[in-house]
Amino acid sequence: MVKRDIRIPVSQQPLVVDKPKDTSTIGGMVSIQINEKKVSVPFGTTILEACKQNQIHIPTLCHHPDLCIAGVCRICVVDVEGMRTLQTACSFPVTTPIRINTSTPMVRKARRHIIDLLLSEHYGECYSCFRNGNCELQALAKEYGVDGYTFGHTDKPGREVDKSSASVIRDMSKCVLCKRCVRTCIDLQEVGVLEAIDRGHETHIGTFLDKPLADVICINCGQCINRCPTAALRANDPSDEIWNAIDNPKKHVIIQTAPSPRAAIGEEFGVEPGHSFTGELNTALRRIGFDKVFDTNFTADLTIIEEGTELLNRLKKVIVDKDESVKLPQFTSCSPGWVKFIEHFYPEYLDYLSTAKSPQQMFGAIMKTFYAKEAGIDPADIVTVALMPCAAKKFECNRPEMTASGYKDIDYGLTTREMAKMIKEAGIHLPEMPKSHFDEPFGDASGAGLIFGATGGVMEAALRTVYELVTGREVPFDNLVIEPCRGFDGVKQASVKLEKCVEKFKFLEGVELKFVVAHGTANAKKVMEMLRRGELNDVHFVEIMACPGGCLGGGGQPIPTNIDIRKKRAEAIYEEEKSLPVRKSHENPHINYIYEKFLTEGPCGHLSHKLLHTHYTKRGKYIS
Amino acid sequence: MLVLEKNALSDEIESFVNQYGNDRASLLQILQAIQRKHKYVSDFAQQEVARLLNIHPVEVYSVITFYSFLCTQPKGRNIVRLCRTISCDMAGKDAVEDAVKRELGISFGETTKDKRITLEYTNCLGMCDQGPAMLVNEKVYTHLDPETAVNILNEIK
Repeated sequence: MVKRDIRIPVSQQPLVVDKPKDTSTIGGMVSIQINEKKVSVPFGTTILEACKQNQIHIPTLCHHPDLCIAGVCRICVVDVEGMRTLQTACSFPVTTPIRINTSTPMVRKARRHIIDLLLSEHYGECYSCFRNGNCELQALAKEYGVDGYTFGHTDKPGREVDKSSASVIRDMSKCVLCKRCVRTCIDLQEVGVLEAIDRGHETHIGTFLDKPLADVICINCGQCINRCPTAALRANDPSDEIWNAIDNPKKHVIIQTAPSPRAAIGEEFGVEPGHSFTGELNTALRRIGFDKVFDTNFTADLTIIEEGTELLNRLKKVIVDKDESVKLPQFTSCSPGWVKFIEHFYPEYLDYLSTAKSPQQMFGAIMKTFYAKEAGIDPADIVTVALMPCAAKKFECNRPEMTASGYKDIDYGLTTREMAKMIKEAGIHLPEMPKSHFDEPFGDASGAGLIFGATGGVMEAALRTVYELVTGREVPFDNLVIEPCRGFDGVKQASVKLEKCVEKFKFLEGVELKFVVAHGTANAKKVMEMLRRGELNDVHFVEIMACPGGCLGGGGQPIPTNIDIRKKRAEAIYEEEKSLPVRKSHENPHINYIYEKFLTEGPCGHLSHKLLHTHYTKRGKYIS
Repeated sequence: MLVLEKNALSDEIESFVNQYGNDRASLLQILQAIQRKHKYVSDFAQQEVARLLNIHPVEVYSVITFYSFLCTQPKGRNIVRLCRTISCDMAGKDAVEDAVKRELGISFGETTKDKRITLEYTNCLGMCDQGPAMLVNEKVYTHLDPETAVNILNEIK
């Protein structure tokens, strides 16, 4: 048997059936019959998979490709001949030659009843629901011809809406108890905020001691929102405030757009995943009424310069000065979900975290200082909006320490979904928009900033700059593509040797620069445990993104998100990057301009520290 | 909670974990041991159990809320549970219920002021042929009538 992780409840463990190594041997394949069709499938395949391979549709609700099998919603029931009751297709492994019927009167009636029962406790009207048109329960009701509430319908909300969190709003009256959020939080992210509380008809999904979400150990990653089939979980939507700011002629409303939403927003308009709409989005945003449209990639470049310099400073302190108070490896700090994760679960390792702010916050700080001065606008009248693929960015911009400019650096964090809603509200069909460029003075960003959106991107961008700063040559990879950083493996490790260093960095001669890339906080936890065991002592730089796949799989991205869609979004980002003229952060002319004009002490100088660096809070994981 | 109390509780839970194992399958036994000793599993105790078993506190809370005999709030020294399932109900549970309530001056779900007794309902105790039945801590009393029930309550310390 495969050794199972004792942490995961048995009911939530993935179905593991021992498979013969060579499936072509006798017994490796099982012949089954699905609806008169004879097929042969590998031993241990679930009925659901077998049907999918043979183009037979089975409805699912609690099943999600990113998560382990639960088998709790029962909507996928099928008739297996010889079995007393209907069986759930998602959790039934094929081990013997069986005959399956997926559409008998009994199956259809059972499915209809299951939906009716779910609807009987599902509060709310579809018209006034933000998931209208993108709700799996609604789609199932349509698919199975539900035309009335056979078992009644609740007309009162069962539970109060929890609006305490800056990022995630929980409306448990709409919950159908599919436990996708529970599996996301416990298995996929290993944060463990949500579980089923109480028993029987009182069961609900709740937090530790049923506390509001703001009071428990939630990292705000929003992955639960992305997997919720209904509107029970949603992001804290600031679009009304943004409309107010846009409609107020006194306010100068600036939006910055991150690379991941641009690669995904098309999905909200019915476009296949894998197309970037950067130029179209710029036009749409101007038509909506944003005064300036900037590119977050500009501050992503700035982040690389600051973080890269910080890394080189740390390396110098460790290698030359033998300063033991300086910690290596340096961890990236771009992902606010990850920052909160380490603050809660590994507060003793906060010194390892880079002090550089995330690109979003750097942008805010630059906007309300440098840009305000250049453009002659009172920073009090500037409203900064950040289009992000992220729910945690909403929390990040509300952190009390993020007011380096003297104002709230970023006023609103907006997710891809909310942006799409605003664009639709303005009567714009995004894919039809003409293309246009970002506004000056931060109009151009490098490709290094663009690839921040995919896991490994920050590392790749940083290596391009750090390697060239240290050796004076480009990274020794074909066409600047640092392949070991790419791909969706949970934890990636690689290294690059620094040779023939320039005079300033002679101390790094012959050093093998080792780096680790991880995405999803479950993998982050693995990396932190490696660090605790001392396995990362010779590693210099670690990139961690809180969401699976990096920002492009963020909690604010269009629903659904799964591994195939994440791959396509990554392809779109890498494709767009290839065509850019500047692909290294330190070659971005605007970056050089800002260091000449504003941050005159250079990277990690005094002003940089004031505006572009931050400090962290040891939060711990105990709740009193 | 004082630091000293916290430390004592941590040590105690650690000894339970040593006794029953740090596997998540031991969770229920550990919680029962804590419940027996303290009559409830406090917030801090839940988080300590979670830490020692390397699971999340919410999972511990989930288990506690699932089982009626585990609770997260302090209760009285003795817990009296009256069966409310249909056989006992038909055998005269209501009369027993009224008598008990009158005697203690509290209703079900409440605890007496001196923390002596907590009154609760329970579902079937499996004593359907001998109802009405009542569970006092871990002892079952059957064939109750209002008088015997009150006498039983008065004998509890």
